[in-house]
Amino acid sequence: MAKQSEAQVVLRLDRITKTFGALVANDAVSLDLHKGEVIALLGENGAGKTTLMNILFGHYTADTGSVEVFGQELPPGNPRAALAAGVGMVHQHFTLADNMTVLENIVLGTQPLWRLGFDRSAARARIIKLSGDFGLTVHPDARVGALSVGERQRVEILKALYRDARILILDEPTAVLTPQETDDLFATMRKAVDLGLSVVFISHKLHEVMAISSRVLVLRHGRLVAEVLTEGTDRHVLATLMVGEEVTPPKVADSTAGPALMRLQNVSTADQGSAPGLKSLSLDLRAGQIIGLAGVSGNGQSALADMIGGLTTPLSGTIALENSEPVNWTPRAAVSAGIARIPEDRHKTGTIADFDLTENAILENYSEAPYSRKGWMNWQKAEDFSKHIIDTYDVRCPGPQTRIRLLSGGNMQKLILGRVLEQSPSIILANQPVRGLDIGAVSYVHSRLLDARAGGAAVLLISEDLEEIMALSDVIHVISEGRLSPGFPRGSKTAAELGVWMAGHGFDEEATNAA
Amino acid sequence: MEILDILISASFWTAAIRIASPLIFATMGELICERAGVLNLGIEGIMVVGAFAGWMTVYSGYGLWTGVGVAMLSGMLFGLMHGILTVPFGLSQHVVGLGITLLATSLTYFSYRLALPEVTSPPKIEAFQPLPIPILSEIPVIGPALFTQTPLTYLAFVLVLVLSLVLYRTPVGLALRAAGENPSAVDAQGLSVSGIRIGAVMVGSGLMAVGGAFLTMSAFNSFFFEMVNGRGWICIALVVFGAWKPSKALLGAILFAAFDALQIRIQQTPLGANVPYQVFLMMPYLLSILALVVMSRRAEVPAALMVAFNKGER
Repeated sequence: MAKQSEAQVVLRLDRITKTFGALVANDAVSLDLHKGEVIALLGENGAGKTTLMNILFGHYTADTGSVEVFGQELPPGNPRAALAAGVGMVHQHFTLADNMTVLENIVLGTQPLWRLGFDRSAARARIIKLSGDFGLTVHPDARVGALSVGERQRVEILKALYRDARILILDEPTAVLTPQETDDLFATMRKAVDLGLSVVFISHKLHEVMAISSRVLVLRHGRLVAEVLTEGTDRHVLATLMVGEEVTPPKVADSTAGPALMRLQNVSTADQGSAPGLKSLSLDLRAGQIIGLAGVSGNGQSALADMIGGLTTPLSGTIALENSEPVNWTPRAAVSAGIARIPEDRHKTGTIADFDLTENAILENYSEAPYSRKGWMNWQKAEDFSKHIIDTYDVRCPGPQTRIRLLSGGNMQKLILGRVLEQSPSIILANQPVRGLDIGAVSYVHSRLLDARAGGAAVLLISEDLEEIMALSDVIHVISEGRLSPGFPRGSKTAAELGVWMAGHGFDEEATNAA
Repeated sequence: MEILDILISASFWTAAIRIASPLIFATMGELICERAGVLNLGIEGIMVVGAFAGWMTVYSGYGLWTGVGVAMLSGMLFGLMHGILTVPFGLSQHVVGLGITLLATSLTYFSYRLALPEVTSPPKIEAFQPLPIPILSEIPVIGPALFTQTPLTYLAFVLVLVLSLVLYRTPVGLALRAAGENPSAVDAQGLSVSGIRIGAVMVGSGLMAVGGAFLTMSAFNSFFFEMVNGRGWICIALVVFGAWKPSKALLGAILFAAFDALQIRIQQTPLGANVPYQVFLMMPYLLSILALVVMSRRAEVPAALMVAFNKGER
């Protein structure tokens, strides 16, 4: 490590402070980045990591403090200057134009605007060379809209490299990647470091931080609370530093399953484009039980969730509730049957971004008393309700009038959780409930789901994270190509055994045995 | 059968291309704006301004090309206003556009009355004359249709070619399209979204004004009220019809103009004597709507069209 302190300082942030209204996003944060190292910026959602990097890149202007790149102070609020100084940023939300090709996206802005024509073949050759050097395979002439998420990220990195970036800033790059793609990304990062680049890796995933970085800087509530060498630390220490208190996974008490609150029998749904529909699926959701649905993304999870949530009706088969068989299965019917829906995409289907917290809190029952009487809204009651959620579920926000788009993912999810759990639902449909959340929020959501189970609710937990499924579920089913495996009681299968089912094996033998 | 006779007559196609010319200018102008992400509903008013500015310049004794230049500049001025209001201030593009149309139209009529208070029938100017291109204009049907037009018509066709090249083959075209697809991509690459969008709206508006000027300086030789008569709105539809591509939009403009030329001629046939003429007037619009429905089904709208870009907002 002595080697690194002697190495050239390529980037220095000096006492950066930034406030948004009453919120202090960064509080006098300083950091040094040396040539040829990967540092990790660790922190929960809303800790100020992204704000800090946006200041460095000139998207935001800091209230006080300065940014130095290769010894030169950067003018504030000027992305062009940051680019010219050799800073390349890969944003969490990609900044790519979908209708344009990879090459067009990469060369955009790299040449004087007022020139006749541009040398496509030279640009293409350069992109191919960079792809080879850094292990970033992507076709230069492909339309970005047709690429997978992992490929798009490669384009983002290529954009930075094409401009001769010497410092790469990767903002939560693994949030959207499969484990395999994450390994590829790490390989690219190692190649970059070998070639003398420096990398800032922003993440809240501890094992990734441990795997790739040499130093870890921990941000909490906008403050830099610790700076440790990766070699001398472990996941537990980092977790405690990041959250500010000891983190213990929720204890799962034993429970006995009650009566079936919802019975699906031989339900089939139509395929949705390339995503398979359900193939004659039968499933009972029982009171006081968490059923975990494991599977690789895009194997019918959405089809099942949409159907239970009332968004689609089955082509064949029956949906039966505890004491009724609904004729007209709609979202409204699902809500009034006591089904709580925690949707997969909280931004798109869970909330309305430009509505405030109060409006979002009553989205599912705005037309019912007490929020509406005789056709008139009672906003006072609605606001009382949203304040109640904010207090009970610890939603951190300036107030109920805040537009929900300004909340972090974790706080948004807490509001959704409060919205549905406060109705004391009998069935909870939790589709990827902790995706993109930090440790604190994850354990909060999990303990709430366990509370609901203890209270006698039937929970269907859909997740791509096998660890999560195995930790919480009383019974695990695997879904593959729209088919459902038999239920495996807790602890009866190892991750590897479930993985075999996830890969689509086992279903045929099952059919043979049944016949 | 008479319709068939009309369709193969040179005069029909000559008229179609002439009617198409102002539409081509204005459609290309609108296309530039929309490709950069700004819907410019000021088009109708800006065409009125261009029509008046060009005509007034020539009427005051300046040359025809000076008139075209003045028309273009006056259009750019309104474009600048539109751009500033919609891009850095992020106001609603619909409201600003309609406001500009109302403002530009009224201001023009007001100026006309100030300049010519006592005129009852609008004075004529010495307009652009057809300029037959040697050899090419001798070709039957196509010759008179395409190569016996006024210089402004030739310019319109050249414009489509130039615009295609600029959009797809130059860095500035790339930046412009990116601004209409994803402004944050442009910003992340260190370019100014505001600069690109305002610039595009100005150039686009300038072209719309030239389209208007075509009416007074190459078609009717005079300025009168209501002369633009909804052509601007047609151009907005033509941009959609052309799926935001210059060449397809050009085809659309010619198609619409052909319908228009056709209905005028059908009115003079025996059929026209029996059917109210309003039916024929309606025809190009009806057919345009039909064509629009068929053609624009799979069009790729610029993803950030009408999306204001606020730097630094999450």
